[in-house]
Amino acid sequence: MSQMKTNGTQTRSFGQRMNALWEYANPVKFMALSGKVLPWVIALCALTLIPGLIWGFFFTPEAANFGNSVKIIYVHVPSATMAINIWVMMLITSLIWLIRRHHVSALAAKAAALIGMTMTLIALITGAVWGQPMWGTYWAWDPRLTSFLILFLFYLGYMALWAAIENPDTAADLTSVLCVVGSVFALLSRYAVNFWNQGLHQGASLSMDKEEHVSNVYWQPLVLAIIGFGLLFVTLLLIRTRTEVRRRRLHALMARERMMDA
Amino acid sequence: MLDLGKYADAILWSWGLTLLLLVGLTLMSLRASRKAKADLMAAEERRKNG
Repeated sequence: MSQMKTNGTQTRSFGQRMNALWEYANPVKFMALSGKVLPWVIALCALTLIPGLIWGFFFTPEAANFGNSVKIIYVHVPSATMAINIWVMMLITSLIWLIRRHHVSALAAKAAALIGMTMTLIALITGAVWGQPMWGTYWAWDPRLTSFLILFLFYLGYMALWAAIENPDTAADLTSVLCVVGSVFALLSRYAVNFWNQGLHQGASLSMDKEEHVSNVYWQPLVLAIIGFGLLFVTLLLIRTRTEVRRRRLHALMARERMMDA
Repeated sequence: MLDLGKYADAILWSWGLTLLLLVGLTLMSLRASRKAKADLMAAEERRKNG
């Protein structure tokens, strides 16, 4: 009996573990944890991003069909991957805000938007620059290209909405709804090639399909670059979310000062 | 020197713009972070001193 009690107190249920996770939505705990984690994430980012990009740029051979233009995939594919995944991250944190009203999650979505917009812009520009010599045009109203452009406009709209509304809770509510709507285009950006079997853009570079999959000599540095871009996103997200938490606290203190002055 | 052949312009533009945007975003984030930290510390100080 005593053994059972001991096990009962030591083994936490799934629900209890999930509740412990929500504690990090507390701004003070988030700041403490993110402050400790940040140097490690920066180090891991440097250890993956720099070698991944150097390997991709300097040490990959010319491709038979694309020539040296294949080197563009080391910036194009990771940025396009991040553009979609960042919107998915924003969707999750927006839903957390709408359901559980944790401020840190709303601020994390806000902090991620500029990073996501930059990644989408990089994907659009590098795709266009690559498209000119390969397809003979910078732009075509291809399903994937078009859905990426709409995703970029959603990022702009999302940031504009945050900037336009003074009350932070109202801004978080409205931007969260916008994020849910925009998720359709994030999904379309990823699966447009599969939905509509037309357009100029080829299938996924990292595919389980052997015919589509790029060869190992290009694939290995590409995976390293994608991990590097992912860690760069986490680094910038932590820095920017910490900034948003501080700004929120500052906003509260300033409001208090104004009330005392009045 | 690495020979990028006939695609040199496309490659250098892509990489150049990417690095410029990423470095710009990083510097902007760090600057905003430092400013928010300094402003908050000043406000906390004012609150302590009444």
